[in-house]
Amino acid sequence: MAELTVVEAVNRALALEMARDERVIVFGEDVGLSGGVFRATDGLYGKHGAGRVIDTPLSEGVIAGAAIGLALAGWVPVAEIQFLGFVHNGFNQVVDQLARVRYRSAGRFSAQVTIRAPYGGGVRAPELHSDAFEAHFAHAPGLKVVAPSTPYDTKGLLLASIRDPDPVLFLEPLRGYRQVKGEVPDGDYEVEIGKARIAREGTDVTLVAWSGAVQLALQAADDAQAQGISVEVIDLRTLVPLDAATLAASVTKTGRAVVLQEAPLTAGFGAEVVATIQEEAFFSLQAPIRRVASPDVPYPVQMLEEQYLPNPERVLEAIVATTRE
Amino acid sequence: MKKAAPAAHANLDGVTSSPVPPMVRYLDEDGELLVDEQPMSDALALEGYRVMLRGRRFDERSVSLQRQGRMVTLAPGIGQEAATVGAAMAVDAKTDWFVPQYRELAGQLWHGYPLRLAFLWHVGHPVAFQVPGDLKMLPFQAAIAGQLPQAVGLAWGLKLKGDPGVVLAIFGDGGTSQGDFHEAANLAGVMKAPIIFLCQNNGWAISTSVAQQTASETLAQKAVAYGFPGIQCDGNDLFAVYATVLEAARRAREGGGPTFVEAVTYRLGLHTTADDPSRYEPREMHELWVNRDPLRRMQIHLKARGVVDQAGLDRIEDEVKEDLRVAWEEAQKEPAPDPTYYFGKVHADQSQRLQRQMKRFDKGDRG
Repeated sequence: MAELTVVEAVNRALALEMARDERVIVFGEDVGLSGGVFRATDGLYGKHGAGRVIDTPLSEGVIAGAAIGLALAGWVPVAEIQFLGFVHNGFNQVVDQLARVRYRSAGRFSAQVTIRAPYGGGVRAPELHSDAFEAHFAHAPGLKVVAPSTPYDTKGLLLASIRDPDPVLFLEPLRGYRQVKGEVPDGDYEVEIGKARIAREGTDVTLVAWSGAVQLALQAADDAQAQGISVEVIDLRTLVPLDAATLAASVTKTGRAVVLQEAPLTAGFGAEVVATIQEEAFFSLQAPIRRVASPDVPYPVQMLEEQYLPNPERVLEAIVATTRE
Repeated sequence: MKKAAPAAHANLDGVTSSPVPPMVRYLDEDGELLVDEQPMSDALALEGYRVMLRGRRFDERSVSLQRQGRMVTLAPGIGQEAATVGAAMAVDAKTDWFVPQYRELAGQLWHGYPLRLAFLWHVGHPVAFQVPGDLKMLPFQAAIAGQLPQAVGLAWGLKLKGDPGVVLAIFGDGGTSQGDFHEAANLAGVMKAPIIFLCQNNGWAISTSVAQQTASETLAQKAVAYGFPGIQCDGNDLFAVYATVLEAARRAREGGGPTFVEAVTYRLGLHTTADDPSRYEPREMHELWVNRDPLRRMQIHLKARGVVDQAGLDRIEDEVKEDLRVAWEEAQKEPAPDPTYYFGKVHADQSQRLQRQMKRFDKGDRG
């Protein structure tokens, strides 16, 4: 057991799996000698060499596309996309190709591929380095989308993702990379894909969040507690497939829900969560479900970042409002 | 390196793009051998001819069935049979991968793709995409050049494993305009991936001519920028395509890396059955290429060489007709796919969410 940051947990999972399974190869931009711009692949090149830790040309499309071919050749590719925003250069290869390998070949082929990408705002990065683009990928059948928030879940879910026989987009919380610390076992363990986690138990309102927004949700829950409102925080951990049962159980208990996302409001993944709750727990609801999101404006440059992102005050406001309806 | 005289300004006059070697040709338009030796045995040449003919008659039959409303929109490869069969003959189906776009069927037949499935492809049956058994072939690809990054990954992966296989990746002239082509070719060069980029330059991307597609004098020269050879061959000459791809495959197998082969051919048919080339294709151009028909020149050559006589050619024609009849009959026996066919082919294991959707869908609740 050691106290690790999220990015250290990523690194431990990669190191463990590369040592355990010789088919695992890690590649992407600057993942080799440099160890990745966030040091997620630190030490892997020294240990496994240029044959299994490979710097590629600067092309997200060919990183994702080549991963498919490498998987067909018998490798287990773990590709790094430096920032999720740039994966759109390879959108076809991720959404129309990687996600559809099993479907297109009617089951003959599969792609055991993990694409890791840091994402989300709050770290004062340049344009397209901060956007929460998860919804673009949650809408692609065939692709699992995993978005943990804690170091423990990051290691366990990354191991599960690499071992999953189908492609996984593994979203890492950029804001939590070094800010969030937690106990992480040294050994091998998996966290099941598709299972949400109760991050904090409560009885009055269910607050749903994922990835970098979970810390914010926990803070808002503390603030609500000070006002006498007991908030249950659900950390989705996996967006696709969505754990509807955990959502339903919680809302059945609380009767109220607030869904928090960093992404702009319209057609965000939060909308899917809201729709699922009303399908699964409509008759338990005592108030309309509320969403807290960023406005439908592209992610701003650094000086306006704090005002743009959901903050504890806005989340608290939504929690309080839902208890008054 | 010779030191250049200093220039007052960057003078680009007279700077040209890099040349490529002269086009590889073995047979002229009238089936006359232009070199001393043909690159394959007579028996192999006759087999190649048979598969070219099978592809041609399959396409004609498919277009006819489509016109009768019995097939979906389809993209015939009429006129391009030498390009795809010649390339397929030059690789080894036991070790090498065939990565198609969607206008390579004749070559795919040579590599081992069954005619029965080809018919099922054209009726829109999903089983056609399930490349059978252990056939080393990827499914048809609708996204132009989308298969190329995957083909390079596959070739690179084979090389990393020490596997002797090479990858034959096929695409068209329009595909060279895609970012996926550039990104794939670039990575292939860097990784020295054992891959043959076979570009079927058939003159058209639907109605867009090659001159509208690129300012490059040839498509083959694009390879120069990626650090590997590009070469043109007469794509309507089975021997030229075969010999060129054979050499490219040898290079790849020996660690020499990728080769770009531009097979200069022509789309004698339609882009798809939804297309009307009379709106844009100059009539003279079409007629010029009818005279360069790859089947016709092989027939002349095979007869002149005494490999086969007219009666023999007629017999092959009949045998191909029979192959098609049997395959179409077999294809029609294939049960229609269950409406839930794809539910089990999204992931290895179905999520609870998808299971529930399938249950509702199966009950007819598809809203």
